[in-house]
Amino acid sequence: MFVTSFKRVIRNAFISFWRNGWVSLATILVMVLAIFMVGSLILFLVLLESTLQEVEKKVDVTVYFKVDAAETDTTHVQELLLRMPEVKNVEYISREESLKRFKERHKDNSLIASALDELGQNPLGASLRVQAISPQSYGSIANFLESGSFDSIDKVNYKQNQRVFERLANILNMSRRIGIGISVALGFIAFLVAFNTISLAIYTARDEIGVMRLVGASAWYVRGPFLVEGVIHGFFSSVITMLAFWPLTLWVGPRARDFFAGVDLHSYYTQNFIQFFLVLFLVGIVLGVFSSFIATRRYLKI
Amino acid sequence: MIYFDNVSKLYSAGAAALESVTFTIEPKEFVSLVGQSGAGKSTLIRLLLAEEKPSKGKVFFESLDVHNLTSSEIPFVRRKIGTVFQDFRLLPTKTAYENIAFALEAAGKDDAEIAADVPHVLDLVGLADKSDYFPHELSGGQQQRVAIARALVNRPEVVVADEPTGNLDPLNTWEIIRLLAKINELGTTVLLATHDKDIIDTIGKRVITFEGGRVVRDEKRGRYIL
Repeated sequence: MFVTSFKRVIRNAFISFWRNGWVSLATILVMVLAIFMVGSLILFLVLLESTLQEVEKKVDVTVYFKVDAAETDTTHVQELLLRMPEVKNVEYISREESLKRFKERHKDNSLIASALDELGQNPLGASLRVQAISPQSYGSIANFLESGSFDSIDKVNYKQNQRVFERLANILNMSRRIGIGISVALGFIAFLVAFNTISLAIYTARDEIGVMRLVGASAWYVRGPFLVEGVIHGFFSSVITMLAFWPLTLWVGPRARDFFAGVDLHSYYTQNFIQFFLVLFLVGIVLGVFSSFIATRRYLKI
Repeated sequence: MIYFDNVSKLYSAGAAALESVTFTIEPKEFVSLVGQSGAGKSTLIRLLLAEEKPSKGKVFFESLDVHNLTSSEIPFVRRKIGTVFQDFRLLPTKTAYENIAFALEAAGKDDAEIAADVPHVLDLVGLADKSDYFPHELSGGQQQRVAIARALVNRPEVVVADEPTGNLDPLNTWEIIRLLAKINELGTTVLLATHDKDIIDTIGKRVITFEGGRVVRDEKRGRYIL
């Protein structure tokens, strides 16, 4: 009995989907717009996040040791730093490495080169490049280093960059919040548009719903096909949207990467194809089924 | 089998569509409900089908208080009542065959039974060759016959027809009335609401006359008198 009804509900859904071709097409097109909006917002957030991470990577605190600092001291500080939960990464730059980098940076300046030769010895100390998980923690890391009174530390380049750090942390935070805020607002608008289209489509079928009820169909038997149609609409819309993103990311991807210095959207799209599709598919189905459910409720009261 | 017990229905304040209506319909009767538009015939049918609730009083169908049923029990009552309306109310995206089969499918009948019964009722209403037509491809009279076939296919105990001939020409009108009479002869109770004088006078069966929401006459072999 239940299985038979279930089969009939599904068959009725496909028949209705096919015979109301224009309504189905219009519904799918509007849902494509809504799902496309959601997909674009996901890609936008991915791009934003990767760009912000790029920027964050460029921020660090460098600890300069005295020229005569012993290697045990530097490793001691490095270990202490690595033990802090805020710290993501600590890079050790030896004296020789510092000199090499310094020479590399000033290789066009013969004056500096000859001055170094004149000196005959390495004037630079070792240093540690500290990267924090979040830009807000640089203050506390710098505090820890300065208040720890390590004799071997020459200076910590936090104070001079402090204001830049703070502003950067604020901007990054604000960008994330604005990005998410815009996404939520646009996603909500897209949802409303699709919801209203489906409501209108079902509004045109309200008399039929009444007839089915009067002929003795249970509420679920009447509603079932509309919900299954919601799934069908969601499926087709998400597939169409997914296909549309292929050429689009191919075109936008490299340009956006050059401009924002984040990921290439097309490689993100191809690498996360399944997850991305599943998210869009889920959005489509929830949108279709939920809208149908709400829209039929009013006409089922007979 | 149908019992209206002191039923009143008020729509907006002051306007009563039905007022203290009481009557009983026995099995296998053919009862005509007559009265001008607005006399309360359609309201009465809507109350019987549990489309609306009465403001006062009770409506019984085979000892069941129709308005005391849960929304999941109502379909079971409706499957025992075949309904025919003035505007046919066929499902526009389904063929004649599918419209009739829908009533059986909704009642959970198995496929073999549907495949046997639908052609049978289509034949009964004389539309065996039109089974794959959509409603918009059929004439008004043919659509109404499909609606009657749909009302009959569940072997209901009662067929309720609300102005079934209101949109039809005289020839089709008589075909529909003859069908209803035949259904009644085969043992089904028929409840016919109409304001067509000729029909009532010709049938010569029980007539309940309504005026302003009240029963003013209930005669065993009635005529149309207003």
